[in-house]
Amino acid sequence: MGILFEDGNFALFRAGFLQTVGLSALSALLALLIGTLLAAFRVSPVPALRAFGTVWVNVFRNTPLTLLFFAVAFGLPRLDVHFSSFVFAVLALGLYTASFVCEVLRSGINTVPLGQAEAARSLGMNFGQTLGLIVLPQAARSVLGPMSSVFIALPRNSAVAGAFSVSELFSTQQTLTERGYNIFAIFFWLAAAYLFISTVVAVLFRLLENRLAVAR
Amino acid sequence: MSASTSTVLYDAPGPRARARYRAFGLLSVLGIAGLLWYAYDSLAGAGQFTAAMWDPFQYTAVQQRIVDGLLNTLTAFGLAAGFSLVLGALLAAGRLSDHRPVRAVATAIVQFFRAMPLLIMIFALYHSVFTTSPLWALVTGLTLYNGAVQAEIIRSGVNAVPRGQGEAAYALGMRKTQVLFTILVPQAVRSMLPTIIGQLVVTLKDTSLGFLITYTELLYAGKLIASNTSTPAGYPYIPVTIVMSVIYIGMCLALTALAKWIEARGRRGANRRTTVAA
Repeated sequence: MGILFEDGNFALFRAGFLQTVGLSALSALLALLIGTLLAAFRVSPVPALRAFGTVWVNVFRNTPLTLLFFAVAFGLPRLDVHFSSFVFAVLALGLYTASFVCEVLRSGINTVPLGQAEAARSLGMNFGQTLGLIVLPQAARSVLGPMSSVFIALPRNSAVAGAFSVSELFSTQQTLTERGYNIFAIFFWLAAAYLFISTVVAVLFRLLENRLAVAR
Repeated sequence: MSASTSTVLYDAPGPRARARYRAFGLLSVLGIAGLLWYAYDSLAGAGQFTAAMWDPFQYTAVQQRIVDGLLNTLTAFGLAAGFSLVLGALLAAGRLSDHRPVRAVATAIVQFFRAMPLLIMIFALYHSVFTTSPLWALVTGLTLYNGAVQAEIIRSGVNAVPRGQGEAAYALGMRKTQVLFTILVPQAVRSMLPTIIGQLVVTLKDTSLGFLITYTELLYAGKLIASNTSTPAGYPYIPVTIVMSVIYIGMCLALTALAKWIEARGRRGANRRTTVAA
């Protein structure tokens, strides 16, 4: 178990851990932005935008994440799109997670009592105001539970990025395995790291839920 | 898409609103068309639609490789799906047990495997236990993770069966096991089937992680095709990606459609009880 504190492994591990956290945080932000936008598209009065949202969500929810990474890592450079592999990873993870965020938000919109939107409309609010000021804030509060499982899954999914030359925890695992350390010792520390991350996310959402719970 | 929400969010459009929606619609259609055209143009500009790029798909060897990859993917999926359902049922029974130690062990197993990244597990399994067989590393990893998730789905289904069902069975003199397996589980499976199939879609998607431990499933076959066939226009990475995406998305959509069909069918029948997913 002591392998973490030998031969500068700790620096490697810490770098991987921080990269995993950074990658997850940035893609979570991107996913929230695009996911909210997509959810708005999917309930908007404009049929073309509804169709766009539906197709997007169905395509991305049914694409394996590995395939998405493959497409981004091998496809985009051939179209003369050159970013660092970190940016590519944020894009792939963010776009993938956005479709799940969208679906969660949309199911939340369904739980907001009809009277809320009706009241907003009878005050003369238009679609953007009704959705943005009245319905979405309430929807977001009521779906914090399902949303937390989306964002607990995100750091786990980010492990795939390690296989596409982002140096995060999975590539730490690869490096340590190549150096010939005991697999189980490596696995123990990685498991600890991931359990730590998912616990922190879960606790954050628990706090948010307590703060924002709607009495209904 | 439920009609009720989409209409309650905005008024029935009058003439001016209708004109405005039409303008927005036109703008967004133009925007989407522009995006699609940009994607097409940059693909075509990079020579991705030349005949030479797509020629490899006419070779029998390449076609054979895709079919083999597909079969390997389906093998891994079939094994993992079967084992994960069995493991899920066992773990669910464990979590519903009356004995506290059994419950504690099952809970610990479920929580641990749900929290671990699948890739980390598969990689560790590949390098420790199944060094010669990436298939079994993949299947074991998938089984452990999806089994834990299926256990939670089945458990929440069993908990959602009305109490009267179990009580009536006990009143008839059935034993614990009989009540669970002849009364509760069949009803739970019926109401949770769409969610269970939804998780099977995740299992199918995750078989592509085999790519990273050099199991020759569909994506790995694609990589081999792309890196081994040098066409005059370059290596066909993008055509291969397009073909693989179509196959994967097609398979997943088919499974999703099955889940939706079963859900609609269940809602139509007399047994209209629906439960919330875990």
